[in-house]
Amino acid sequence: MNRIVIREGVCDLCGTCVGVCPVDCMELTETRLHIDADRCILCEMCVEICPVDALELCDGRSV
Amino acid sequence: MDDRYDVIVVGAGPAGSTAARFAALGGARVLLLEKDREVGIPVRCAEGIGDEGLRSVLEPRERWIAARIDAAELVAPDGTRVRLSYPSAGYVLHRKIFDYDLAQMAAEAGVEVRTKAYVHGLLWEDGRVAGVRVLHLGEDRAIRAQIVIGADGVESRVGRWAGLNTVTSMHDMEACVQVTASRVEVEPNVCYFYFGKEVAPGGYAWVFPKGDGVANIGLGVSGDYSGRKKPIAYLRQFLAERFPKASILTWVAGGVPCAPTLKEIVADGVMLVGDAAHQANPISGGGIATALIAGKICGRVAAEAIRDGDVSKKRLAQYAKEWHKAEGKTHERFYRIKEGVYRLSDEDLNRTAHMLAQLPPEEITITRVFRTALFREPRLLLEVAKVFVG
Repeated sequence: MNRIVIREGVCDLCGTCVGVCPVDCMELTETRLHIDADRCILCEMCVEICPVDALELCDGRSV
Repeated sequence: MDDRYDVIVVGAGPAGSTAARFAALGGARVLLLEKDREVGIPVRCAEGIGDEGLRSVLEPRERWIAARIDAAELVAPDGTRVRLSYPSAGYVLHRKIFDYDLAQMAAEAGVEVRTKAYVHGLLWEDGRVAGVRVLHLGEDRAIRAQIVIGADGVESRVGRWAGLNTVTSMHDMEACVQVTASRVEVEPNVCYFYFGKEVAPGGYAWVFPKGDGVANIGLGVSGDYSGRKKPIAYLRQFLAERFPKASILTWVAGGVPCAPTLKEIVADGVMLVGDAAHQANPISGGGIATALIAGKICGRVAAEAIRDGDVSKKRLAQYAKEWHKAEGKTHERFYRIKEGVYRLSDEDLNRTAHMLAQLPPEEITITRVFRTALFREPRLLLEVAKVFVG
C-alpha cells in the first residue's frame, strides 16, 4: 500500500504539514511527527509544503 | 499540577503566555502547558517586531533587544534597492529571552507553568469541552478546566479537536526556512527584504541583523509554488549568491499562515489565539505583535467569562469581537493587499523599484511603495489608502 513516509533526521518538527493537512491525520508530538495511515488520503499536500523535503510518497510495492 | 483549573492554555509562545497572564490578572486560576522542555526554544521566527506593536502590550526590556531597527531596505529582483527610513521603527528580538520572560511574567501573575507537557486530546462532558488530556513526566493525566485556550501554533490541534476548521490553505501557507548566521556584512540597524520569483516565489527573503555580525537570514515560499524546489534549496542558493561568507550557527524550518483570521476562533469553552487563530500579519508574516494584542484580549475575556459563570461560545465571542475591532479590519485589508502584491511579476516589481528609487528618500513611505506597486490595480489602491490613511 502507498503511504507517506517521513525521512527521519530531515524532519524539523515544524508543523507546517500539520497545518495544511485537510483530513487531520498528522500529529506532532514533542519528539516526532506521526501520520495516521488509516486516515491519510495520500493527497501529498504535506509532501508539497514541507520546507525541507522531509516527506515523500512511498510506493508500497517497492518497499 | 492539580486536577482542576479555571483556564488551561496550550502553548507557551507569546500568545499563550500573554493570554495566561491576563487571565490570571483577571482572577482566574490558570495552567500554562508547553510541549517543549523549555519555553522559547526552538526559535521558529525571524524575531522582528514594530515598536508600536510591542509597546501596545509591553514596555520593551533592554535584554530582549538584539538590534534596534530604523530602516527597511526592499530589494527588487534586478537588485534595485529602495530604502524606507523610520526612526525607532522596531526591533529584532532575542525570542529565547523574550518568550522566557513572558512565561515568567505569567508565573508572577499566578499562572502555573509546566514544560514537557504534551496535550494530546480534549476532555468532553455533556458534549462540551471540559479540559485536556496531557502527558507529563511519563504520566497521562486528565486535567479539568472551564476554558481551554489553544495557543498551539500553526499545527494547532486544539481548534480541530473542538470542531473548528483550522486548516490553512496551501495558497496561504508560507513554507519558511531560516538560518542564524555569523559573518553577515549588513548595516546593523536595517532589515532587508528581497523579492522575486527566483528568490522566494509568493513570499520574500529577509535578513534581520542581531548585532555582532549575526543575522537571521530566511525566506518563505507560498504553497502555490511548492513542488520540486524546496524553500531550503532557495535558501542555499540565496546564501551562496549573496552571503557566501556567512557562517551558519543554527537553522530552523516553519510554516506561517498568511491568511485571514479564522472564521471562528471560539467555541463553547474554547478560544484560539496567535498562529492557531491565523492572526499573523498576512503581508509580512510577522506574528509577535498581533499575538500579544490578541493574547491580552483573549486572557481578559476568559477571566471575565469565568467570573460570570458563562463560558459559552456566545460569551467568549466577545474576544472575537474585540480582536476584530482592534486589529481585524486592518488584518483583512493586509490580506487583500498581500493578494495583490504577490501577484506582481518580477518586471512589475523592478518597475516599481525604479520609480521609487528616483524619489527623494524622505518621500518614500510604505504607503507609497504599495501605491506605486499596485497603481494598475485601483481597487487595491483604495484598500491601501484605507489602511494607511485611516
